[in-house]
Amino acid sequence: MNWLFEMLSYTFIERALVVGILISICAALVGVSLVLRKNSMIGDGLSHATFGAFAIATALNLTPLWFAIPIVIAASFFVLKLSNSKKANGDALIALLSASSLAIGTIAISLTKGVNIDLNSYLFGSILSIGWSDVWLSLALTIIVILLYVFTHNCIFAITFDEDFAKAIGIKTNIYDAIFATICSLVVVFGMRLLGALLISSLIIFPTLIAMQFSKSFKHVVIHSVLISVINFVLGLTISYLITSPTGATVVIVNLVVLIISYIIHKVILGKN
Amino acid sequence: MSHAIIAKNVSISYGSNKVINSANFVIDEEDFVCVVGANGSGKSTLIKAILGLIKPDSGKIIFENNNKRKSIGFLPQDTKTDMIFPATVIEIVLSGTLGQLGMKAFYRKENKDRAEKSLRRLNILGLKNSSFSSLSGGQKQKVLLARALAATSKILILDEPSNNLDYKSRKEFYNELKELNKSGLTIIMITHDLDAEDLIGNKIINIKESKVECYSTSDYLESFK
Repeated sequence: MNWLFEMLSYTFIERALVVGILISICAALVGVSLVLRKNSMIGDGLSHATFGAFAIATALNLTPLWFAIPIVIAASFFVLKLSNSKKANGDALIALLSASSLAIGTIAISLTKGVNIDLNSYLFGSILSIGWSDVWLSLALTIIVILLYVFTHNCIFAITFDEDFAKAIGIKTNIYDAIFATICSLVVVFGMRLLGALLISSLIIFPTLIAMQFSKSFKHVVIHSVLISVINFVLGLTISYLITSPTGATVVIVNLVVLIISYIIHKVILGKN
Repeated sequence: MSHAIIAKNVSISYGSNKVINSANFVIDEEDFVCVVGANGSGKSTLIKAILGLIKPDSGKIIFENNNKRKSIGFLPQDTKTDMIFPATVIEIVLSGTLGQLGMKAFYRKENKDRAEKSLRRLNILGLKNSSFSSLSGGQKQKVLLARALAATSKILILDEPSNNLDYKSRKEFYNELKELNKSGLTIIMITHDLDAEDLIGNKIINIKESKVECYSTSDYLESFK
């Protein structure tokens, strides 16, 4: 067990562990509705938008986090609104946002002179970039997300299951969409430094897909996906420390392995549909 | 018989396309109204206006005798009956009582009692803890009907509820609706089937080229002979 104490003796790992657990909780809570409403790709689109915003902020010598937050929130309003509209082609719009943001970000970085930018850490994350301010901001975000979820979980269920019915019984679905868009953006912006633009959406998608394999109620999917998300993150971080692999990629692989195992148990061993 | 809903000169357009042109009709309490018309004729638009989901360009829809818009039970078209959605029957039916929950975060005993009463009324209380995805098409539609019943004790609106049902399930579903109507519920149902056995109500609202006309079902069927 010496390795565990040694791992936890590094302050940057402690910070990454705390931020990762908090972001995993938020991502799983948001993820259930996004996956079930077939909006899974939104996380991907937003992470690319965050990359673009971070790169521009760095080029302009601004604070990336505060520059990115309003931009990504605006992008998420736009994408969520259009992808829930029956007229717009939601997935094409997300692909458009992803490619354009990545292109803008790459050009901004290539034109920036005199600043040392690690493109890899933007794309694949770096636990070294997590500071104490990230810990406190993630903690505040998690408290807000959990409180919002507790007070609105019944309405979130109604909207996720059947938006038309929810509107008919008087639920203001546009307000919930706005709250969702904001939370989703914050999860992506805070989580991107940990997992990177290319991997952060996995935190939103995988836990729900795994939880759906063995949960028959919405409530259980939400609870299980939060637990799975946290456990998989901690496992991923630990393995990445032990085998010195990139943290973001290791967390994604752990999620993938757990998904495959749960799928095999569910379909092959238990024979369920 | 007292009136439940009155439409006065209701007109609705999408851009320059007038879908409903100056509709006037009265729906009485305990009426069973079938709304018919070709695809795209404006049936769902009219229902959305009654539900308050879209605002008419002109005219108004009036609710009488303590009927309220927010306490209508609604069964929408194309609910996710064919997709895998992790939810139990009771979770879905309870969501029908959300309108009565107000700002409270958790369901109360009265919400749970009301949801169970709806399930019992349709003889599906035994499915309470079943997974929605594991049910047959007919059972799923009954669960959604129970959710609508949990939302109302007065007016039920159904948008093409027989769409995904086979012949047997459809007949059973219609019998259920007739029983609910007999017990005092006002029912408005959109149907795209124009067979006499699908026109199970006492009134027909026919929408044709944006004109809305109201008939008794017997007069409407007579006009085809």
